[in-house]
Amino acid sequence: MKNEFQVIADLIEKDKKVLDVGCADGTLMKFLKDNKNINIRGLEISKEKVQECIAKGLTVIEGNAEKDLKQFPDKSFDYVVLSQTLQAFLNPELVLDELLRVGKKAIVTIPNFGYWKVRFHLLFRGTMPVTKTLPDEWYNTPNLHMCTIKDFFHFVKSKDIKIFKSLALNNLNSSIINESNLGVKNLFADLGIFLIEK
Amino acid sequence: MNTEKNIKTLIVKKPLKLDCGKTIKDFPIAYETYGSLNSKKDNAILVFHALTGDQFVTGINPVTNKEGWWSYAVGPDKAIDTNKYFVICSNVIGGCMGSYGPSHKDPDQKIFGTNFPVITINDMVNAQYNLLDHFGIDKLFSITGGSMGGMQVLQFISNFPDKSKTVIPIATTSSHSAQNIAFNELGRQAITADSNWKDGNYASNDTNPGKGLAVARMAAHITYLSKKGLQEKFGRKLQEREDLKFGFDADFQIESYLRYQGSVFVDRFDANSYLYITRAMDYFDLAKQFNGNLSEAFINTNAKFFIISFTSDWLYPTQENKDIVIALNSIGADVGFVEIESDKGHDSFLLDVPDFLSALKNFLDKSYEEN
Repeated sequence: MKNEFQVIADLIEKDKKVLDVGCADGTLMKFLKDNKNINIRGLEISKEKVQECIAKGLTVIEGNAEKDLKQFPDKSFDYVVLSQTLQAFLNPELVLDELLRVGKKAIVTIPNFGYWKVRFHLLFRGTMPVTKTLPDEWYNTPNLHMCTIKDFFHFVKSKDIKIFKSLALNNLNSSIINESNLGVKNLFADLGIFLIEK
Repeated sequence: MNTEKNIKTLIVKKPLKLDCGKTIKDFPIAYETYGSLNSKKDNAILVFHALTGDQFVTGINPVTNKEGWWSYAVGPDKAIDTNKYFVICSNVIGGCMGSYGPSHKDPDQKIFGTNFPVITINDMVNAQYNLLDHFGIDKLFSITGGSMGGMQVLQFISNFPDKSKTVIPIATTSSHSAQNIAFNELGRQAITADSNWKDGNYASNDTNPGKGLAVARMAAHITYLSKKGLQEKFGRKLQEREDLKFGFDADFQIESYLRYQGSVFVDRFDANSYLYITRAMDYFDLAKQFNGNLSEAFINTNAKFFIISFTSDWLYPTQENKDIVIALNSIGADVGFVEIESDKGHDSFLLDVPDFLSALKNFLDKSYEEN
């Protein structure tokens, strides 16, 4: 399991009810179910991935976060997880609002476009950055709304969303992000992980 | 029509009050089982059949000598693995494979015909509930069925919320649509317009409204397929001829196919049963039973739901299946959902659709492991 999932799992207490939005093949769900006794549900758009989840014995609904989150009642999950998908939605702001409506808390991770390798790629090569976290070319990337850790940090603040914890992830190391180190973390972290509440 | 020696029946002594207001008692329910009930009695799956199905789910149907209607899904090592699970299926009341229906005799020894009480999906599942007592099963492991079978699944768990651990409605709806009522009405009109129908008293008149019933089946059969599936299978191919004959014989293969479907159906199905069962489907509106709030139907159950629809099913389209998912999610029920890609239309659930069969198998087996 990738380090990102381990960090997400560490943010969630045992015996909670969790919705994994864009749960893919259910790796994180399975881990949470087996190790933390989490009552876990998934929402996934790909039919193939849904099948993989069913084969793992996971409860998954085939659907699209932009359309299908609205069926869940307010605060019906302790946590709603969205891993590296926010930037791929047509309307990320709406999805973020929905995550925070459905979940008492949300855990959102974003690939950091402010990461130094991304900046160097564009600065020196003059082409759209391709990195481990952003592996696609400009013409086939699903990402429509790339942002940096700093962008996201300011965005949630401006929406009066409370940040409980924000973590910068670089390979295997995670560290706390705060107001004072934001610039540095924005340069050296590959991925930002935010635990938020509204 | 019934070769009774091959039909197992349970005589239900307990009176059953029907939705129409009448009460029936001492009535037969014809059933069949597959696999064996384990000592803990926790491996039973109650399968509900669709409009023209019967209790002979798999293997050779001893009455028709044809493959059971769900042979692709049920059997040893299949999706519903009879090496592991004890499968029970019964003929719905109103049917014609041994359960109490319009071809039975009333207390005065006269064949009911259209004097048989109008039954509903609710009546069907209340009647079938008696099978649990019969087998001494406190809680089923699963209930499943497609189409009208799915309606019974939904009604059953609503009526008996703690009687099944898992619930699998397939290609179904919680409320029969205007379009579907319309198709059923077309079928009924075809039957009653046949002069041999004799107001439903064809048995005592020694006639059979076979033509009307065949037309009903032909029309319905089209709704079970998809445009793409029909086009790919038949296109404009001609039936055993080089060119058009400028007449009204079956020039096209699709015509010949439909005529064949109609004719074989008449051999195994009772026209009055067709009227009764389609009526039961038309009357089905689970939300209405709960003042328009479908979620209320499931508020008392902790069962684990898995809902399956098919991309090319235009009779019970994905959206109608998703409405059930939405109703369940809005009360925080444990519900999974998948739409299976298939060109085979509504009939997909009866056919060899590997993604469907593997999803069904995985859901059942994984849920059973967690038992």
